[in-house]
Amino acid sequence: MAKQDAPEAKGKTETAGVTIHVAPSPHLSDTTFTTRRMMLDVLIGLTPAMLVAVYIFRVHALIQIGSCVAFCALAEFMFTTLRGKKVTLGDGSAVVTGVILGMSLPWSAPWYTAAIGSFVGMGLGKVVFGGLGFNIFNPAMVGRAFIMLSFAKVLGAPAYVDADSTVDVLTQATPLTAAKNWATAVVGAPETVAPDQLDFMRLFLGNTNGSIGEVSALALLLGGIYLCWRRSASWEIPAGVGLAVVVCAGLANVLGLSPILPHLHLAGGALMLGAFFIATDPVTSPLTPKGKFLFGLGVGALIVLLRLFSSYPEGVMFAVLIMNALAPLINQWTIPKPVGGPMPVKK
Amino acid sequence: MTAIMTQGAGRGTFARGIHPEEYKHYAEGAAIEVLPTPAEVRIPLLQHLGAPCQGVVATKAPVKVGDLIGEPGGFVSAPVHASVDGVAGRPGAVTLPNGRHVTAIPVKADAEQALTGRALFDAFYGGDWPGEGELKGYEPQAIADVALQSGLTGLGGATFPTHIKLKRNPEKPIDTLLINGCECEPFLTADYRLMLEAASCVVTGALLAQQATGAKDLILCVEDNKRDAAEALAKAAEGTSAKVLIVRTKYPQGGEKQLIIAALNRVVPMGGLPLDVGVVVMNVGTAAALAGAVARQRPLTHRIVTVTGGGVAKPKNLLAPIGASYNDLIAFCGGMTDQAARVISGGPMMGFTVGNLNSPITKGTSGITIMTGAEVAKASETACVRCGRCVDVCPLNLVPSKLAMASRMENLDVARQYHILACMECGCCAYACPASLPLVQLMRMGKALVNRADRG
Ligand code: SF4
Ligand code: SF4
Repeated sequence: MAKQDAPEAKGKTETAGVTIHVAPSPHLSDTTFTTRRMMLDVLIGLTPAMLVAVYIFRVHALIQIGSCVAFCALAEFMFTTLRGKKVTLGDGSAVVTGVILGMSLPWSAPWYTAAIGSFVGMGLGKVVFGGLGFNIFNPAMVGRAFIMLSFAKVLGAPAYVDADSTVDVLTQATPLTAAKNWATAVVGAPETVAPDQLDFMRLFLGNTNGSIGEVSALALLLGGIYLCWRRSASWEIPAGVGLAVVVCAGLANVLGLSPILPHLHLAGGALMLGAFFIATDPVTSPLTPKGKFLFGLGVGALIVLLRLFSSYPEGVMFAVLIMNALAPLINQWTIPKPVGGPMPVKK
Repeated sequence: MTAIMTQGAGRGTFARGIHPEEYKHYAEGAAIEVLPTPAEVRIPLLQHLGAPCQGVVATKAPVKVGDLIGEPGGFVSAPVHASVDGVAGRPGAVTLPNGRHVTAIPVKADAEQALTGRALFDAFYGGDWPGEGELKGYEPQAIADVALQSGLTGLGGATFPTHIKLKRNPEKPIDTLLINGCECEPFLTADYRLMLEAASCVVTGALLAQQATGAKDLILCVEDNKRDAAEALAKAAEGTSAKVLIVRTKYPQGGEKQLIIAALNRVVPMGGLPLDVGVVVMNVGTAAALAGAVARQRPLTHRIVTVTGGGVAKPKNLLAPIGASYNDLIAFCGGMTDQAARVISGGPMMGFTVGNLNSPITKGTSGITIMTGAEVAKASETACVRCGRCVDVCPLNLVPSKLAMASRMENLDVARQYHILACMECGCCAYACPASLPLVQLMRMGKALVNRADRG
């Protein structure tokens, strides 16, 4: 075998004046699908949601997304250079992380939190593990979690609201905060009516307050379907998330644990953003279709649990981070059986 | 005309796999031409899977086409024969594209050859062939014996000695014989041209193989991008028990185990052979060679080779003597163009690059694919993004990214846990990988490591 490998070493031989490459098979590759193209697809998929963000949050959206992209790119450049590695900005993954981090922040988050989140996300979340492909946790979510833990106020409910704003939705609490308050109120006074933020059509179209990129379920759904159709994201993950959310939220409702119906869970908060664009980060999710579906189920179930029973109104970020940690285990459980069964052990 | 089936016991396809660009346009329209006899051929004594042959011809001895020059060196082996009329020379070493160094017997061709040009083609493939009734008169064992004496091996590329497939095994009876006309490798068109131009010969060989194996059913399988070939076979099979089945175009549909799934919905157990599920699979080229061997006493001395790709001036399908050099064939096709970047023995998915164009072609050389820089283009390698594309396309349902990582880290436990030895190196994973990782190379490395460790 070793002998057979020898002539495969990459090199060139001059024969009859034509330069001939020696290389291992296969000699064809699918050039329409590359790492860079995948990242580009994510950006294309996020475009509708970004447009809605700009429509609702105006210049805040541009500043937030722009600064996160710039800081993430800078962070990747600095860290890889410091470690003496080849700069890998070309694969586009730093830009994707920046966009997603920016979209997951409230409009009011000050610039230094964007910077810190970007640097921590790229540094702790990605580069220390060895760069793209080796990280365990989604870098954008690592950065966001760091901001949440160190600057609780920046991501707290009041950060979203600006009572004096000329933009109508900004004067209201986010739907999930409203939902949390409502759910608490209902316990004492069952006749309390649902807040108007929880109107399904408003949630679905995006006419609500929230983190910059999460407001419009419709825009995210469109982009997400594009991403799955391109196979740049695996449909098994959002499918798993959706199924688990419907089942868990439905169950909670039937058992009287929560007044919030499944479709509101699906359309509200960062669920669509998380299901299609964050949980689907290939690096931090399992490899096999079955594993991906299980992963999606886990994310969906955790989102509902956290939304209903944690002290936070939203649960997407922690749900994804927890499942990221479990992905290697899921990979272990879902080693596929080869066609024809495993290779018999030679005696 | 025998009706063409579009549905057999299987679903006409297998799970996963890929759809690479076909590139068949280069040579599919080129009718088979006969290579003018080269000045010298060098016939390797190992052209098959198994033990090398023993040379049995004296230096300077005159030989005729079909004369035995190498005797089989074991049960899994096949003899080799002179492919030109001429004088044998002193055995020397040659390096084949797969990297093996083997002994070869040179034969200097006489100026006068008994058969050249069209007459040579007709001797192998043309004219009339015996009907099914007459073919039924052959003793099954005799057919297998002739296959052995004629040096028949699989001509699809794996070069497994044919007589072993044909020999009846009372413990493992064969009920179905599949004739493999899928030719799923991009670029290659040799089997396609053979089916079009020598359909009767192919069907005759198929019926002989059926007679030898005792298979109840005989199914000729062709991919749906070669419907005209399927029609030619159906016409030739008129009035016989042979059936023609269209399967869906997908790579690697021509892999034995994939074809058995597609045609019959049977799964060959890992590490097993088709005969474990009552099936024998034979390539169309092998069937044609069997017909020539049994009905016309012609050993395997020539084969059809596609010379194709953007890097060759005039792509052709050639009937060439085994032992002719890559250079001989390429020169007859007008030589290489300025864009030629890579010369491959076989097709682009599983073929080996040819470093030395003076090497001889062998029984397993189905084509010479000369690709241009643009055709071999690849995106630059990045880290594995764990996207799972490789998993989505592996016909064997393996997890290539894990296997590649395990090979890189030399972590044999993980490699075994993820079934590295099952990999057939078909290249689907590397084709689909967005990170352009050298997955097949890593699989080979990992398999070699595991095999070495297992041997202790
Ligand atoms: S296709 Fe390539 S990048 Fe994707 S998981 Fe497989 S090896 Fe990794
Ligand atoms: S080369 Fe091996 S691992 Fe890759 S697709 Fe083919 S069988 Fe699967």
